[in-house]
Amino acid sequence: MSLTLEQVQRIAHLARIETSESEALTTQGHLNGIFQLIEQMQAVDTAGVEPMAHAQDLSQRLRDDAVTETDRRAAYQAVAPETEAGLYLVPKVIE
Amino acid sequence: MIHNSLKQLSQALAAKEISSVELTTLYLDRIARLNPEINAFVTVDRDKSLQMAQDADARLAAGTAGPLTGIPVAQKDIFCAEGWTTTCGSKMLANFVSPYDATVIRKMHAEAGLVSLGKTNMDEFAMGSSNETSYFGPVKNPWDLSRVPGGSSGGSAAAVAARLAPAATGTDTGGSIRQPAALCNLTGLKPTYGVVSRYGMIAFASSLDQAGPMAASAEDCALLLNTMTGFDERDSTSLDRPAEDYARALDQPLAGLRIGLPREFFGEGCSAEVMAAVQAAIREYEKLGATTVEVSLPNSHLSVPAYYVIAPAEASSNLSRFDGVRYGYRAPEYGSLDDMYAKTRAQGFGAEVKRRILIGAYVLSHGYYDAYYLQAQRIRRLIANDFAEAFKACDVILGPTSPSTAFKLGEKAADPVQMYLSDIYTIAVNLAGLPGMSIPCGFAGGLPVGLQLVGNYFAEAQLLNVAHRYQLATDWHQRRPAGLD
Repeated sequence: MSLTLEQVQRIAHLARIETSESEALTTQGHLNGIFQLIEQMQAVDTAGVEPMAHAQDLSQRLRDDAVTETDRRAAYQAVAPETEAGLYLVPKVIE
Repeated sequence: MIHNSLKQLSQALAAKEISSVELTTLYLDRIARLNPEINAFVTVDRDKSLQMAQDADARLAAGTAGPLTGIPVAQKDIFCAEGWTTTCGSKMLANFVSPYDATVIRKMHAEAGLVSLGKTNMDEFAMGSSNETSYFGPVKNPWDLSRVPGGSSGGSAAAVAARLAPAATGTDTGGSIRQPAALCNLTGLKPTYGVVSRYGMIAFASSLDQAGPMAASAEDCALLLNTMTGFDERDSTSLDRPAEDYARALDQPLAGLRIGLPREFFGEGCSAEVMAAVQAAIREYEKLGATTVEVSLPNSHLSVPAYYVIAPAEASSNLSRFDGVRYGYRAPEYGSLDDMYAKTRAQGFGAEVKRRILIGAYVLSHGYYDAYYLQAQRIRRLIANDFAEAFKACDVILGPTSPSTAFKLGEKAADPVQMYLSDIYTIAVNLAGLPGMSIPCGFAGGLPVGLQLVGNYFAEAQLLNVAHRYQLATDWHQRRPAGLD
Protein backbone atom coordinates (compact mmCIF):
# COMPACT_ATOMS: atom_id res chain seq x y z
CA MET A 1 0.00 0.00 0.00
CA SER A 2 1.16 3.54 -0.55
CA LEU A 3 -0.51 6.85 0.12
CA THR A 4 -1.18 9.21 -2.77
CA LEU A 5 -0.44 12.91 -2.48
CA GLU A 6 -4.19 13.55 -2.41
CA GLN A 7 -4.60 11.18 0.54
CA VAL A 8 -1.82 12.96 2.44
CA GLN A 9 -3.50 16.30 1.77
CA ARG A 10 -6.86 14.87 2.81
CA ILE A 11 -5.60 13.61 6.20
CA ALA A 12 -3.68 16.86 6.76
CA HIS A 13 -6.99 18.65 6.27
CA LEU A 14 -8.80 16.24 8.61
CA ALA A 15 -6.07 16.84 11.23
CA ARG A 16 -6.31 20.63 10.67
CA ILE A 17 -2.64 21.04 9.81
CA GLU A 18 -2.00 23.46 6.97
CA THR A 19 0.36 21.73 4.55
CA SER A 20 1.87 23.12 1.36
CA GLU A 21 2.25 20.86 -1.65
CA SER A 22 6.02 20.58 -1.20
CA GLU A 23 5.57 19.70 2.48
CA ALA A 24 2.93 17.13 1.52
CA LEU A 25 5.37 15.54 -0.93
CA THR A 26 8.08 15.17 1.74
CA THR A 27 5.49 13.88 4.20
CA GLN A 28 4.23 11.39 1.62
CA GLY A 29 7.70 9.85 1.36
CA HIS A 30 8.08 9.58 5.13
CA LEU A 31 4.59 8.20 5.69
CA ASN A 32 5.03 5.56 3.01
CA GLY A 33 8.26 4.42 4.66
CA ILE A 34 6.44 4.16 7.97
CA PHE A 35 3.48 2.32 6.45
CA GLN A 36 5.85 -0.18 4.91
CA LEU A 37 6.90 -1.00 8.47
CA ILE A 38 3.28 -1.08 9.65
CA GLU A 39 2.22 -3.39 6.80
CA GLN A 40 4.08 -6.28 8.49
CA MET A 41 0.95 -6.58 10.63
CA GLN A 42 -1.17 -7.60 7.69
CA ALA A 43 0.54 -10.99 7.34
CA VAL A 44 -0.69 -12.06 10.78
CA ASP A 45 -3.87 -14.07 11.16
CA THR A 46 -5.67 -12.53 14.12
CA ALA A 47 -9.06 -14.15 13.58
CA GLY A 48 -10.74 -14.70 16.93
CA VAL A 49 -8.25 -12.54 18.89
CA GLU A 50 -9.95 -10.04 21.15
CA PRO A 51 -8.61 -6.50 20.52
CA MET A 52 -6.68 -5.15 23.53
CA ALA A 53 -7.39 -1.48 24.13
CA HIS A 54 -5.72 -1.24 27.48
CA ALA A 55 -3.05 -2.95 29.56
CA GLN A 56 -5.41 -3.94 32.33
CA ASP A 57 -8.84 -4.98 31.18
CA LEU A 58 -10.59 -2.55 33.47
CA SER A 59 -14.11 -1.27 33.34
CA GLN A 60 -14.64 2.45 33.58
CA ARG A 61 -14.67 3.61 37.16
CA LEU A 62 -17.64 5.76 38.19
CA ARG A 63 -17.64 8.49 40.81
CA ASP A 64 -20.36 10.17 42.81
CA ASP A 65 -22.14 12.97 41.00
CA ALA A 66 -20.78 15.64 43.31
CA VAL A 67 -18.94 18.94 42.84
CA THR A 68 -15.26 18.38 43.62
CA GLU A 69 -13.52 21.20 41.76
CA THR A 70 -13.31 24.82 42.77
CA ASP A 71 -13.86 27.71 40.35
CA ARG A 72 -10.48 28.49 38.81
CA ARG A 73 -11.73 30.11 35.61
CA ALA A 74 -9.53 33.19 35.93
CA ALA A 75 -6.37 31.12 36.38
CA TYR A 76 -7.21 28.82 33.49
CA GLN A 77 -8.16 31.66 31.17
CA ALA A 78 -5.00 33.58 31.99
CA VAL A 79 -3.09 31.18 29.71
CA ALA A 80 -5.52 31.50 26.77
CA PRO A 81 -4.46 33.45 23.68
CA GLU A 82 -7.54 35.69 23.75
CA THR A 83 -10.43 36.01 26.21
CA GLU A 84 -13.07 38.58 27.05
CA ALA A 85 -15.62 38.65 29.86
CA GLY A 86 -14.80 35.06 30.78
CA LEU A 87 -15.19 33.81 27.21
CA TYR A 88 -12.62 32.40 24.78
CA LEU A 89 -12.43 34.53 21.65
CA VAL A 90 -12.22 32.92 18.19
CA PRO A 91 -12.97 34.22 14.68
CA LYS A 92 -16.65 34.72 13.96
CA VAL A 93 -18.32 31.51 12.74
CA ILE A 94 -21.95 32.68 12.42
CA GLU A 95 -22.71 35.86 10.50
CA MET B 1 28.47 15.55 47.54
CA ILE B 2 27.17 15.66 43.96
CA HIS B 3 27.88 11.95 43.48
CA ASN B 4 26.04 10.91 46.64
CA SER B 5 23.08 8.56 46.54
CA LEU B 6 19.63 9.71 47.63
CA LYS B 7 20.06 7.73 50.85
CA GLN B 8 23.37 9.46 51.58
CA LEU B 9 21.85 12.86 50.82
CA SER B 10 18.91 12.04 53.05
CA GLN B 11 21.26 11.08 55.88
CA ALA B 12 23.34 14.24 55.39
CA LEU B 13 20.21 16.39 55.56
CA ALA B 14 18.91 14.55 58.64
CA ALA B 15 22.29 14.91 60.38
CA LYS B 16 22.35 18.64 59.50
CA GLU B 17 25.64 18.21 57.68
CA ILE B 18 24.11 20.25 54.90
CA SER B 19 20.85 22.15 54.50
CA SER B 20 18.48 21.73 51.59
CA VAL B 21 19.20 25.33 50.57
CA GLU B 22 22.93 24.58 50.44
CA LEU B 23 22.39 21.33 48.55
CA THR B 24 19.98 22.94 46.09
CA THR B 25 22.41 25.82 45.54
CA LEU B 26 25.18 23.32 44.81
CA TYR B 27 23.14 21.77 42.01
CA LEU B 28 21.77 25.08 40.70
CA ASP B 29 25.32 26.41 40.40
CA ARG B 30 26.35 23.27 38.56
CA ILE B 31 23.40 23.64 36.20
CA ALA B 32 24.34 27.28 35.55
CA ARG B 33 27.88 26.21 34.70
CA LEU B 34 27.32 23.05 32.66
CA ASN B 35 23.82 23.27 31.20
CA PRO B 36 24.67 25.72 28.38
CA GLU B 37 26.72 22.93 26.81
CA ILE B 38 24.47 19.95 27.59
CA ASN B 39 21.05 21.62 27.20
CA ALA B 40 19.44 19.20 29.63
CA PHE B 41 17.25 21.83 31.30
CA VAL B 42 14.84 24.09 29.43
CA THR B 43 13.60 25.94 32.51
CA VAL B 44 15.41 26.77 35.72
CA ASP B 45 13.84 29.04 38.32
CA ARG B 46 16.35 29.63 41.07
CA ASP B 47 14.00 31.57 43.34
CA LYS B 48 11.29 28.92 43.18
CA SER B 49 13.74 26.10 43.85
CA LEU B 50 15.33 27.92 46.77
CA GLN B 51 11.91 28.70 48.24
CA MET B 52 11.06 24.99 48.11
CA ALA B 53 14.42 24.23 49.73
CA GLN B 54 13.69 26.71 52.54
CA ASP B 55 10.32 25.05 53.12
CA ALA B 56 12.06 21.68 53.20
CA ASP B 57 14.60 22.96 55.72
CA ALA B 58 11.71 24.12 57.89
CA ARG B 59 10.18 20.63 57.73
CA LEU B 60 13.54 19.08 58.55
CA ALA B 61 13.91 21.41 61.55
CA ALA B 62 10.35 20.73 62.73
CA GLY B 63 10.78 16.98 62.51
CA THR B 64 8.00 16.57 59.92
CA ALA B 65 10.29 15.58 57.06
CA GLY B 66 9.84 12.46 54.96
CA PRO B 67 12.74 10.29 53.77
CA LEU B 68 13.48 12.49 50.73
CA THR B 69 12.48 15.92 52.06
CA GLY B 70 14.93 18.55 50.89
CA ILE B 71 16.51 16.50 48.10
CA PRO B 72 16.59 18.26 44.74
CA VAL B 73 15.32 16.49 41.61
CA ALA B 74 14.83 17.37 37.94
CA GLN B 75 11.36 17.16 36.39
CA LYS B 76 10.73 16.15 32.81
CA ASP B 77 8.98 19.06 31.12
CA ILE B 78 5.94 16.89 30.38
CA PHE B 79 4.64 17.37 33.93
CA CYS B 80 2.48 20.41 34.59
CA ALA B 81 3.80 22.28 37.61
CA GLU B 82 1.89 25.29 38.90
CA GLY B 83 3.68 28.53 38.12
CA TRP B 84 6.33 26.78 36.03
CA THR B 85 6.64 27.06 32.28
CA THR B 86 5.61 23.64 30.99
CA THR B 87 6.52 23.20 27.32
CA CYS B 88 6.53 19.46 26.54
CA GLY B 89 9.45 20.32 24.23
CA SER B 90 7.10 22.14 21.83
CA LYS B 91 6.71 25.59 20.34
CA MET B 92 2.99 24.97 20.92
CA LEU B 93 3.54 25.32 24.68
CA ALA B 94 6.69 27.46 24.71
CA ASN B 95 4.94 30.15 26.77
CA PHE B 96 2.54 27.95 28.74
CA VAL B 97 2.80 28.57 32.48
CA SER B 98 0.80 25.79 34.08
CA PRO B 99 -2.04 26.89 36.38
CA TYR B 100 -2.01 23.54 38.19
CA ASP B 101 0.18 20.68 39.39
CA ALA B 102 0.31 17.19 37.92
CA THR B 103 -0.43 14.61 40.60
CA VAL B 104 3.18 13.39 40.46
CA ILE B 105 4.43 16.95 41.03
CA ARG B 106 1.96 17.56 43.85
CA LYS B 107 2.99 14.35 45.59
CA MET B 108 6.69 15.07 45.19
CA HIS B 109 6.42 18.69 46.34
CA ALA B 110 3.63 18.83 48.91
CA GLU B 111 3.83 15.31 50.33
CA ALA B 112 7.46 14.20 49.94
CA GLY B 113 9.05 17.65 50.23
CA LEU B 114 11.36 17.18 47.24
CA VAL B 115 12.82 20.29 45.65
CA SER B 116 12.45 20.73 41.88
CA LEU B 117 15.58 22.10 40.21
CA GLY B 118 13.82 22.82 36.94
CA LYS B 119 12.22 21.27 33.88
CA THR B 120 14.20 19.03 31.58
CA ASN B 121 14.38 19.00 27.81
CA MET B 122 12.61 16.25 25.89
CA ASP B 123 11.54 15.19 22.44
CA GLU B 124 8.50 17.22 21.38
CA PHE B 125 5.41 15.73 23.07
CA ALA B 126 7.66 12.76 23.98
CA MET B 127 7.80 11.66 20.33
CA GLY B 128 11.37 10.65 19.63
CA SER B 129 14.28 8.46 20.68
CA SER B 130 17.13 10.99 20.48
CA ASN B 131 15.85 14.25 21.98
CA GLU B 132 16.42 15.89 18.60
CA THR B 133 12.75 16.71 17.99
CA SER B 134 12.70 19.23 20.87
CA TYR B 135 11.81 22.80 19.89
CA PHE B 136 14.54 23.86 22.34
CA GLY B 137 17.38 22.10 20.57
CA PRO B 138 18.97 18.71 21.11
CA VAL B 139 20.39 17.50 24.42
CA LYS B 140 23.96 16.26 24.35
CA ASN B 141 25.04 13.00 25.89
CA PRO B 142 27.44 13.74 28.79
CA TRP B 143 29.48 10.66 27.80
CA ASP B 144 30.19 12.10 24.36
CA LEU B 145 28.89 15.54 23.48
CA SER B 146 28.65 14.63 19.78
CA ARG B 147 26.08 11.93 20.58
CA VAL B 148 22.41 11.81 21.52
CA PRO B 149 21.30 11.05 25.09
CA GLY B 150 18.35 9.01 23.82
CA GLY B 151 14.77 10.03 24.19
CA SER B 152 12.27 11.11 24.86
CA SER B 153 13.42 11.67 28.47
CA GLY B 154 16.85 12.74 27.17
CA GLY B 155 17.09 15.90 29.25
CA SER B 156 16.36 14.00 32.47
CA ALA B 157 18.92 11.35 31.53
CA ALA B 158 21.64 13.85 30.66
CA ALA B 159 20.91 15.90 33.79
CA VAL B 160 21.44 12.91 36.09
CA ALA B 161 24.41 11.54 34.10
CA ALA B 162 26.18 14.93 34.34
CA ARG B 163 25.14 15.15 38.02
CA LEU B 164 23.17 18.33 37.42
CA ALA B 165 20.57 16.56 39.56
CA PRO B 166 20.77 13.50 41.83
CA ALA B 167 17.66 11.99 40.22
CA ALA B 168 14.88 12.87 37.80
CA THR B 169 11.42 11.98 36.62
CA GLY B 170 10.81 10.55 33.19
CA THR B 171 7.92 9.12 31.21
CA ASP B 172 7.89 6.04 29.04
CA THR B 173 5.42 5.37 26.22
CA GLY B 174 7.62 3.11 24.08
CA GLY B 175 10.96 3.18 25.89
CA SER B 176 11.42 6.85 26.80
CA ILE B 177 12.77 6.13 30.29
CA ARG B 178 14.68 2.92 29.57
CA GLN B 179 16.41 3.84 26.30
CA PRO B 180 17.90 7.17 27.51
CA ALA B 181 18.84 5.49 30.81
CA ALA B 182 20.74 2.88 28.76
CA LEU B 183 22.48 5.48 26.60
CA CYS B 184 23.51 7.63 29.60
CA ASN B 185 24.52 4.89 32.08
CA LEU B 186 21.55 5.33 34.40
CA THR B 187 19.02 3.17 36.15
CA GLY B 188 15.46 3.86 35.01
CA LEU B 189 12.18 2.19 35.76
CA LYS B 190 8.88 2.22 33.88
CA PRO B 191 6.25 0.95 36.32
CA THR B 192 3.24 -1.22 35.55
CA TYR B 193 0.68 0.81 33.62
CA GLY B 194 -1.71 2.45 36.10
CA VAL B 195 0.64 2.59 39.08
CA VAL B 196 1.64 6.26 38.66
CA SER B 197 -1.07 8.84 37.99
CA ARG B 198 -1.17 10.40 34.53
CA TYR B 199 -3.09 13.47 35.73
CA GLY B 200 -1.28 16.60 34.61
CA MET B 201 1.24 14.60 32.59
CA ILE B 202 0.75 15.90 29.06
CA ALA B 203 -0.77 13.00 27.14
CA PHE B 204 0.92 11.33 24.18
CA ALA B 205 -0.60 7.81 23.96
CA SER B 206 -2.85 7.42 26.96
CA SER B 207 -3.03 3.62 27.03
CA LEU B 208 0.79 3.41 27.10
CA ASP B 209 2.11 6.50 28.92
CA GLN B 210 3.61 5.84 32.33
CA ALA B 211 5.89 7.96 34.53
CA GLY B 212 8.82 6.63 36.51
CA PRO B 213 12.15 7.44 38.16
CA MET B 214 15.60 7.86 36.54
CA ALA B 215 18.59 7.83 38.86
CA ALA B 216 22.08 6.46 39.44
CA SER B 217 21.00 3.21 41.10
CA ALA B 218 18.11 0.85 41.73
CA GLU B 219 18.03 1.94 45.34
CA ASP B 220 17.63 5.60 44.31
CA CYS B 221 14.87 4.60 41.88
CA ALA B 222 13.04 2.66 44.61
CA LEU B 223 13.12 5.65 46.97
CA LEU B 224 11.95 8.05 44.29
CA LEU B 225 9.22 5.69 43.08
CA ASN B 226 7.88 5.60 46.65
CA THR B 227 7.05 9.30 46.30
CA MET B 228 5.38 8.99 42.86
CA THR B 229 2.87 6.15 43.08
CA GLY B 230 -0.64 5.84 44.46
CA PHE B 231 -4.28 5.82 43.44
CA ASP B 232 -5.61 9.04 41.94
CA GLU B 233 -9.30 9.81 41.42
CA ARG B 234 -8.27 12.21 38.66
CA ASP B 235 -6.80 9.52 36.42
CA SER B 236 -9.49 7.17 35.14
CA THR B 237 -6.94 4.37 34.63
CA SER B 238 -5.21 4.77 37.98
CA LEU B 239 -5.18 1.50 39.90
CA ASP B 240 -6.52 1.39 43.44
CA ARG B 241 -3.99 -0.81 45.22
CA PRO B 242 -2.49 -0.85 48.72
CA ALA B 243 0.60 1.36 49.12
CA GLU B 244 3.95 -0.41 48.72
CA ASP B 245 7.48 0.28 49.89
CA TYR B 246 9.39 -0.38 46.67
CA ALA B 247 12.66 -0.60 48.59
CA ARG B 248 11.44 -3.41 50.86
CA ALA B 249 12.96 -6.28 48.88
CA LEU B 250 16.18 -4.65 47.63
CA ASP B 251 18.55 -6.88 49.56
CA GLN B 252 16.90 -10.25 49.04
CA PRO B 253 19.33 -12.85 47.69
CA LEU B 254 18.83 -13.96 44.10
CA ALA B 255 19.38 -17.69 44.68
CA GLY B 256 16.75 -19.60 42.74
CA LEU B 257 15.73 -16.62 40.59
CA ARG B 258 14.67 -17.82 37.14
CA ILE B 259 15.74 -15.40 34.40
CA GLY B 260 14.01 -15.77 31.04
CA LEU B 261 16.05 -14.99 27.94
CA PRO B 262 13.73 -14.37 24.99
CA ARG B 263 15.40 -15.83 21.94
CA GLU B 264 14.00 -12.98 19.82
CA PHE B 265 16.09 -10.48 21.83
CA PHE B 266 19.30 -12.42 21.24
CA GLY B 267 19.21 -12.72 17.48
CA GLU B 268 20.28 -10.37 14.75
CA GLY B 269 19.50 -6.69 15.00
CA CYS B 270 21.58 -6.06 18.11
CA SER B 271 25.16 -4.82 17.89
CA ALA B 272 27.79 -7.40 18.87
CA GLU B 273 29.35 -5.15 21.50
CA VAL B 274 25.99 -4.56 23.21
CA MET B 275 25.34 -8.30 23.12
CA ALA B 276 28.75 -9.04 24.67
CA ALA B 277 27.97 -6.77 27.64
CA VAL B 278 24.55 -8.39 28.06
CA GLN B 279 26.07 -11.88 27.98
CA ALA B 280 28.58 -10.83 30.65
CA ALA B 281 25.69 -9.60 32.79
CA ILE B 282 23.99 -12.99 32.43
CA ARG B 283 27.14 -14.69 33.73
CA GLU B 284 27.20 -12.28 36.66
CA TYR B 285 23.59 -13.20 37.48
CA GLU B 286 24.49 -16.88 37.35
CA LYS B 287 27.25 -16.17 39.88
CA LEU B 288 24.62 -14.51 42.06
CA GLY B 289 22.63 -17.73 42.10
CA ALA B 290 20.13 -17.15 39.31
CA THR B 291 19.34 -19.72 36.65
CA THR B 292 18.52 -18.90 33.06
CA VAL B 293 15.90 -20.38 30.80
CA GLU B 294 15.24 -19.67 27.15
CA VAL B 295 11.77 -18.27 26.54
CA SER B 296 10.06 -17.00 23.42
CA LEU B 297 8.13 -13.85 22.55
CA PRO B 298 7.17 -14.96 19.04
CA ASN B 299 5.20 -11.82 18.18
CA SER B 300 7.76 -9.31 19.44
CA HIS B 301 8.80 -8.41 15.88
CA LEU B 302 5.29 -7.00 15.47
CA SER B 303 5.57 -4.64 18.43
CA VAL B 304 7.08 -1.73 16.48
CA PRO B 305 4.47 -1.93 13.66
CA ALA B 306 1.56 -2.24 16.12
CA TYR B 307 2.95 0.56 18.28
CA TYR B 308 3.20 2.91 15.28
CA VAL B 309 -0.52 2.46 14.74
CA ILE B 310 -1.75 2.57 18.34
CA ALA B 311 0.47 5.40 19.65
CA PRO B 312 -0.18 7.77 16.70
CA ALA B 313 -3.91 6.99 16.81
CA GLU B 314 -4.06 7.98 20.47
CA ALA B 315 -1.76 10.95 19.86
CA SER B 316 -3.87 12.33 17.02
CA SER B 317 -6.83 12.34 19.39
CA ASN B 318 -4.92 13.73 22.40
CA LEU B 319 -3.19 16.47 20.43
CA SER B 320 -6.44 17.72 18.87
CA ARG B 321 -6.75 19.86 22.03
CA PHE B 322 -3.96 22.13 20.76
CA ASP B 323 -6.05 24.44 18.61
CA GLY B 324 -4.98 27.92 19.68
CA VAL B 325 -8.14 28.54 21.71
CA ARG B 326 -7.68 27.67 25.39
CA TYR B 327 -3.91 27.62 25.87
CA GLY B 328 -0.65 27.59 24.02
CA TYR B 329 0.39 29.02 20.70
CA ARG B 330 -1.96 30.78 18.28
CA ALA B 331 -0.86 31.74 14.77
CA PRO B 332 -0.40 35.51 14.49
CA GLU B 333 -2.42 35.80 11.28
CA TYR B 334 -5.46 33.85 10.14
CA GLY B 335 -8.85 34.18 8.47
CA SER B 336 -11.64 31.82 9.48
CA LEU B 337 -11.77 29.63 12.59
CA ASP B 338 -10.74 26.62 10.51
CA ASP B 339 -7.84 28.61 9.09
CA MET B 340 -6.80 29.57 12.63
CA TYR B 341 -6.70 25.91 13.67
CA ALA B 342 -4.78 24.81 10.58
CA LYS B 343 -2.18 27.60 10.76
CA THR B 344 -1.77 27.33 14.54
CA ARG B 345 -1.13 23.59 14.30
CA ALA B 346 1.10 23.91 11.23
CA GLN B 347 3.29 26.48 12.98
CA GLY B 348 3.09 25.13 16.54
CA PHE B 349 3.98 21.47 15.92
CA GLY B 350 7.31 20.15 14.65
CA ALA B 351 7.75 17.66 11.80
CA GLU B 352 7.76 14.44 13.85
CA VAL B 353 4.64 15.38 15.80
CA LYS B 354 2.83 16.25 12.56
CA ARG B 355 3.87 12.93 11.03
CA ARG B 356 2.44 11.00 13.95
CA ILE B 357 -0.79 13.00 13.98
CA LEU B 358 -1.22 12.25 10.28
CA ILE B 359 -0.56 8.53 10.75
CA GLY B 360 -3.11 8.53 13.55
CA ALA B 361 -5.69 10.43 11.54
CA TYR B 362 -5.23 7.97 8.69
CA VAL B 363 -5.44 4.72 10.65
CA LEU B 364 -8.56 5.95 12.43
CA SER B 365 -10.25 7.20 9.27
CA HIS B 366 -13.22 5.57 7.62
CA GLY B 367 -12.34 2.41 5.75
CA TYR B 368 -8.95 1.89 7.43
CA TYR B 369 -9.94 1.47 11.07
CA ASP B 370 -10.32 -2.33 10.96
CA ALA B 371 -7.24 -2.99 8.85
CA TYR B 372 -4.95 -0.87 11.01
CA TYR B 373 -6.28 0.12 14.40
CA LEU B 374 -8.20 -3.04 15.26
CA GLN B 375 -5.49 -5.25 13.78
CA ALA B 376 -2.89 -3.45 15.92
CA GLN B 377 -5.02 -3.98 19.02
CA ARG B 378 -5.34 -7.68 18.24
CA ILE B 379 -1.56 -7.94 17.84
CA ARG B 380 -1.22 -6.10 21.13
CA ARG B 381 -3.19 -8.93 22.72
CA LEU B 382 -0.89 -11.52 21.12
CA ILE B 383 2.15 -9.70 22.46
CA ALA B 384 0.68 -9.53 25.98
CA ASN B 385 -0.17 -13.25 25.76
CA ASP B 386 3.43 -14.03 24.78
CA PHE B 387 4.67 -12.39 27.98
CA ALA B 388 2.08 -14.22 30.08
CA GLU B 389 3.27 -17.52 28.60
CA ALA B 390 6.94 -16.64 29.16
CA PHE B 391 6.32 -15.73 32.80
CA LYS B 392 5.11 -19.28 33.43
CA ALA B 393 8.74 -20.38 33.02
CA CYS B 394 10.61 -17.45 34.60
CA ASP B 395 10.44 -14.67 37.19
CA VAL B 396 12.01 -11.87 35.19
CA ILE B 397 12.93 -11.42 31.55
CA LEU B 398 16.35 -10.08 30.59
CA GLY B 399 17.83 -8.69 27.39
CA PRO B 400 19.38 -5.58 25.85
CA THR B 401 17.56 -2.26 26.34
CA SER B 402 18.66 -0.76 23.05
CA PRO B 403 20.21 -2.43 20.00
CA SER B 404 23.11 0.06 19.96
CA THR B 405 24.97 2.49 22.18
CA ALA B 406 24.37 6.25 21.83
CA PHE B 407 24.39 7.28 18.17
CA LYS B 408 25.69 10.53 16.70
CA LEU B 409 23.55 13.66 16.70
CA GLY B 410 21.89 13.83 13.30
CA GLU B 411 22.70 10.21 12.41
CA LYS B 412 19.09 9.00 12.33
CA ALA B 413 17.23 12.30 12.29
CA ALA B 414 16.37 12.15 8.58
CA ASP B 415 15.00 8.61 8.64
CA PRO B 416 11.99 8.13 10.93
CA VAL B 417 11.91 4.34 10.49
CA GLN B 418 15.56 3.91 11.59
CA MET B 419 14.80 6.07 14.62
CA TYR B 420 11.72 3.99 15.48
CA LEU B 421 13.79 0.81 15.44
CA SER B 422 15.87 2.18 18.37
CA ASP B 423 12.98 0.99 20.52
CA ILE B 424 12.61 -2.59 19.24
CA TYR B 425 13.29 -4.12 22.66
CA THR B 426 11.32 -1.68 24.80
CA ILE B 427 8.01 -1.16 22.98
CA ALA B 428 6.49 -4.60 23.61
CA VAL B 429 6.68 -3.93 27.37
CA ASN B 430 4.49 -0.82 27.00
CA LEU B 431 1.99 -2.63 24.79
CA ALA B 432 1.61 -5.31 27.45
CA GLY B 433 1.59 -2.74 30.29
CA LEU B 434 4.37 -4.52 32.20
CA PRO B 435 7.04 -2.94 34.41
CA GLY B 436 10.51 -2.65 32.86
CA MET B 437 13.91 -1.31 33.87
CA SER B 438 17.22 -0.47 32.31
CA ILE B 439 20.42 -0.77 34.33
CA PRO B 440 24.05 -0.12 33.33
CA CYS B 441 25.88 -3.34 32.38
CA GLY B 442 29.09 -2.26 30.71
CA PHE B 443 30.68 -0.13 28.04
CA ALA B 444 31.40 -0.42 24.36
CA GLY B 445 33.83 2.02 22.80
CA GLY B 446 33.57 4.19 25.91
CA LEU B 447 29.78 4.38 25.68
CA PRO B 448 27.34 2.89 28.20
CA VAL B 449 25.35 -0.27 27.51
CA GLY B 450 21.96 -0.85 29.15
CA LEU B 451 20.50 -4.14 30.36
CA GLN B 452 16.73 -4.44 30.27
CA LEU B 453 14.82 -6.29 32.98
CA VAL B 454 11.10 -6.93 32.56
CA GLY B 455 8.87 -8.13 35.36
CA ASN B 456 5.34 -9.42 35.63
CA TYR B 457 2.54 -6.99 36.52
CA PHE B 458 3.24 -5.17 39.82
CA ALA B 459 6.68 -6.77 40.19
CA GLU B 460 8.46 -3.42 40.60
CA ALA B 461 9.91 -4.34 44.01
CA GLN B 462 11.23 -7.61 42.60
CA LEU B 463 12.77 -5.88 39.55
CA LEU B 464 14.46 -3.35 41.84
CA ASN B 465 15.79 -6.22 43.94
CA VAL B 466 17.18 -7.97 40.87
CA ALA B 467 18.80 -4.71 39.75
CA HIS B 468 20.12 -3.81 43.22
CA ARG B 469 21.84 -7.16 43.82
CA TYR B 470 23.61 -6.80 40.48
CA GLN B 471 24.67 -3.27 41.44
CA LEU B 472 26.12 -4.57 44.72
CA ALA B 473 28.29 -6.94 42.70
CA THR B 474 29.29 -4.58 39.86
CA ASP B 475 30.32 -0.94 39.58
CA TRP B 476 29.11 -0.03 36.08
CA HIS B 477 26.42 2.22 37.55
CA GLN B 478 29.03 4.16 39.52
CA ARG B 479 31.09 5.13 36.45
CA ARG B 480 30.80 8.81 35.61
CA PRO B 481 31.56 10.67 32.39
CA ALA B 482 34.91 12.47 32.35
CA GLY B 483 35.45 16.19 32.03
CA LEU B 484 32.34 17.39 33.86
CA ASP B 485 33.67 18.24 37.32
